[in-house]
Amino acid sequence: MHTPTSTAVFLARGITKVYRMGEVEVHALRGVDLELYEGEFVVLLGPSGSGKSTLLNILGGLDIPSAGSVTFREHNLTQATERELTSYRRDHVGFVFQFYNLIPSLTARENVALVTEIAQNPMKPEDALRLVKLGERMDHFPSQLSGGEQQRVAIARAVAKQPDVLLCDEPTGALDISTGKLVLEAIESVNRELGTTTAVITHNSAIAAMADRVISLHDGRIAGVQHNTTKLHPRDLNW
Amino acid sequence: MISALDRKLLRDLWHMRGQALAIAAVMAAGVGLFVSQFATQQSLALTQSEYYAQNRFAEAFAHCKRAPRSLLERVSAVEGVAAAEARVVANVTLDVPGLLEPAVGRLVSRPRSGVPLLNDVYLRKGRLLEAGDPDGVLASEGFVLAHGMELGDRITAVINGRRRDLTIVGVVLSPEYIYSIRDGEFIPDDKRFGVFWMNEDELAAAFDMQGAFNEISLDLEPGANGPEVLAALDRLLEPYGGVGAFERKDQVSHWYLSNELAQLRNIGIAMPLVFLGVAAFLLNVVLTRQISVQREQIAALKAFGYSNLGVGWHYMKLVLVIVALGTALGAAAGAWLGTQMVVIYTEFYRFPFLRFTLDPVIVLQAAAITGGASMLGSMGAVLAAVSLPPAEAMRPPSPGRYRPMLFERLGLQRLFSQPMRMILRQFERRPAKTFLSVLGIAMGVAVFVVGFFFLDTIDYVIDVQFNRMQREDMTLTFNQPRSLSALHEVKSMPGVLHAEAFRAVPATLRFEHRSRRLAIMGVSNDSSLNRVLDAKLARIVIPEQGLALSRKLGEVLGVSVGQRLQVEIKEGSRPTREIPVSALVDDFLGMSAYMEIGALNDLMREGQTISGVFLTCDPAGHKDLYERLKATPGVAAVNVKQAALKGFTETLAKSLMITTIINIMFATVIAFGVVYNNARISLSERSRELASLRVLGLTRGEISFILLGELAIVTLAAIPLGCLLGFGLAWALIEHMLDLELMRFPLVIAPRTYGWAAVVVLGAATVSALVVRRRLDHLDLVEVLKTRE
Ligand SMILES: Nc1ncnc2c1ncn2[C@@H]1O[C@H](COP(=O)(O)OP(=O)(O)OP(=O)(O)O)[C@@H](O)[C@H]1O
Ligand SMILES: [Mg+2]
Repeated sequence: MHTPTSTAVFLARGITKVYRMGEVEVHALRGVDLELYEGEFVVLLGPSGSGKSTLLNILGGLDIPSAGSVTFREHNLTQATERELTSYRRDHVGFVFQFYNLIPSLTARENVALVTEIAQNPMKPEDALRLVKLGERMDHFPSQLSGGEQQRVAIARAVAKQPDVLLCDEPTGALDISTGKLVLEAIESVNRELGTTTAVITHNSAIAAMADRVISLHDGRIAGVQHNTTKLHPRDLNW
Repeated sequence: MISALDRKLLRDLWHMRGQALAIAAVMAAGVGLFVSQFATQQSLALTQSEYYAQNRFAEAFAHCKRAPRSLLERVSAVEGVAAAEARVVANVTLDVPGLLEPAVGRLVSRPRSGVPLLNDVYLRKGRLLEAGDPDGVLASEGFVLAHGMELGDRITAVINGRRRDLTIVGVVLSPEYIYSIRDGEFIPDDKRFGVFWMNEDELAAAFDMQGAFNEISLDLEPGANGPEVLAALDRLLEPYGGVGAFERKDQVSHWYLSNELAQLRNIGIAMPLVFLGVAAFLLNVVLTRQISVQREQIAALKAFGYSNLGVGWHYMKLVLVIVALGTALGAAAGAWLGTQMVVIYTEFYRFPFLRFTLDPVIVLQAAAITGGASMLGSMGAVLAAVSLPPAEAMRPPSPGRYRPMLFERLGLQRLFSQPMRMILRQFERRPAKTFLSVLGIAMGVAVFVVGFFFLDTIDYVIDVQFNRMQREDMTLTFNQPRSLSALHEVKSMPGVLHAEAFRAVPATLRFEHRSRRLAIMGVSNDSSLNRVLDAKLARIVIPEQGLALSRKLGEVLGVSVGQRLQVEIKEGSRPTREIPVSALVDDFLGMSAYMEIGALNDLMREGQTISGVFLTCDPAGHKDLYERLKATPGVAAVNVKQAALKGFTETLAKSLMITTIINIMFATVIAFGVVYNNARISLSERSRELASLRVLGLTRGEISFILLGELAIVTLAAIPLGCLLGFGLAWALIEHMLDLELMRFPLVIAPRTYGWAAVVVLGAATVSALVVRRRLDHLDLVEVLKTRE
């Protein structure tokens, strides 16, 4: 059993992100300061277009900010080379994408193995799948799985390498309540049992109740941070 | 344990197996051609050098009229000469049982000792000559086989007007006659030309050459200065009617063989490049498509920490598997093709042994070239995958941009049905993609045109050469120059309708440091039987002064119209003159130099002297004429045009048939590969859209129309473009690859060739359409709409 500590894993200062599309400039982030602590469960809330995905991508080393600095432990993500970002992602980060992004030509087990094969200290793909309650469906292809099952494979894939951080972009966006809860339970148990620092993006403020901290984004800025004194278990959530 | 990423690779490949196979097949066509041509070339070249060495094929030759044997010692003493062999060589008329017309026999002497220093024969059957063999001969295998003769069979030679029976005691092959043709012909005709080796004493006695020779061959010391040795030899033979010494490279059989080897090499490079170019193009299209479909998978892989290199390598491996498959298929096809080609070659080129060997290096080269071309072709697509930012994986793809199309802006939409509008929008939205599709199919058409046009151009060459230029029925050649009265003699022979004289004089043509030995043809401008024609088939009038040369000969000598050539005549009083080039003739076969017959007689300082006669004869009177000719002393050779033409077309047809079948096969592979790929890609790109339309209530027929209509329009647009490309490709091939001293091919493409190309591509399109149609009929709507692309 892990509990959040006060050691900051991520330290972001003044990050901005500007997308240039011809004449038009889109300010996706307009100066965000942020810390994420070891073992903590954070929910990122905010309306569509507020910059949630952009922020998560930067934390995950998928993208670099236009200005500002981000560090993960001793790694400076803003000055990292392409190669350093790749090994950062490979060694430390687990991603769950909004649209699953499973490889359709690989079975559930193989999709997980894709990641464990290049990880330093992975679980067995089978164990990861059992963790998300898919032990029976390991040899099925994505097209033979429902949306919720696919999303759970995606979570198994993200946690199987035992990452230091787990970043999830709307993991329940396309799911019904009960499936959504299954998925959230899987994420929660990883956070709880492995102490993985976890950030989850959602539109759904009900989900915020299971977080240690809820960070609200609005128009590229942090509009508020809320500490939950009591966390709800996913099964007790309601929306 | 095979990694998950490799599993993905294998499944992806399996999923696109049709396309992968189509591409591999196109590659295999290129590799097959490359391997077969180079392996055949190498097999021939190796056999050639081995054969030459074993049988001591001479390195230089010279002919003269009659030189005393004692000269041989002085020749051997020339610096740089390693060995010298003197022989008596004579052409005679043969009366062969079962052959109506007279054949030509070449009698070659073998030394008393029994073993010549140079140019030994290879004994295939029977025995070599013995001392007491007055009428025994060793006969060339080609001739023996052509007549189905046996050891002990007899042939009759007309030697100085007397008939003499010769008995075949041995069947042999000779490195001097690997390609065995008689003077003035291009294709071996083993029925009408044979070489016979006879004891020197017998042969010399028959031709009044005791203690003399008329041909000498040399082996040179290593590092000897060839031209100097030849010049010394020329000086020695000069008083004895020497006609100019020459090195091995100008020896007839060797020259043809080298030409053939060069051509194999050229075709071995040119055609495969076309095929591999097309394969690379297809790979590019397929891979670009594959990578755009897998955009999000690629981004996800990168998000998990797969490096750019890893992702790039993943897609390169896909290419390499196809390359490996194509190379393996191609090497197998090439080996098979090579053995077939060798069989054909043994009909034209007589070797004692000719093994088809496939050097693995050739296959490796083919693999390297194929790999290189494919890498080049797929580089763009793979780089796109490599440079895809991983953040993409987190985002849904941006929807394509739509806008009103040109025809809509012009207000023409009412002219088109809704499905037709969809087709047109597709074209207008993606003009580059549409153009590439058209281009790809056009290449299929082009390869077909190129493959087929050989038949057209050869038909044309045959027609021009044998029907328009040479209009005689037969050509008589005298064994030495005769006065004009010989023409009248011929005219009075039975069955002769019309006869015209010609003069042929051996000469060396020199310009700057370049030279060529050949016979200058003296013809009359009002000859109706032998006409010199230009490229437009208009008759060339040979000026009173000056030479008309084959354009190729002009090129070889580096001379242009108006410049003066040094002409050294090697007959009679052997004058040397500067003569201007007055015309260059675009002819197709060999290299010729023409002069007006009167001017040539003047140059020779002789009266009306002739070397032979062209004649036409009464078809009914052939037999009597032949009988008469066989018995006429002084006639060295009778060339019957019809027989030559028959030999030409028969032998050529055989080799062309195979080449053409191969070309058609490969062109079909390419056409099919391109069209099928195109159809499959359209299908995969649009199946979602089409499935949505089905859900909206369109029938199978209607959605098929949208897709197949697109395919039809692309194919129809590709055909004229392909014909144009094919024309260009044929032109490039002719200009750069097939411009040989032996033969030139005019750029003649018959309409039927374009027609066939169109038919084959349309056929490939129809089959592809049926495949796609079947897939459309079985389109799993749920499946298609569920997967996101
Ligand atoms: N590649 C891009 N090019 C241009 N603009 C972009 C790009 N990516 C994101 N944006 C813009 O940046 C802003 C923030 O986008 P982001 O995806 O971070 O929003 P979000 O909060 O995740 O929204 P949602 O909840 O809809 O996923 C949006 O206005 C978006 O249009
Ligand atoms: Mg988002």
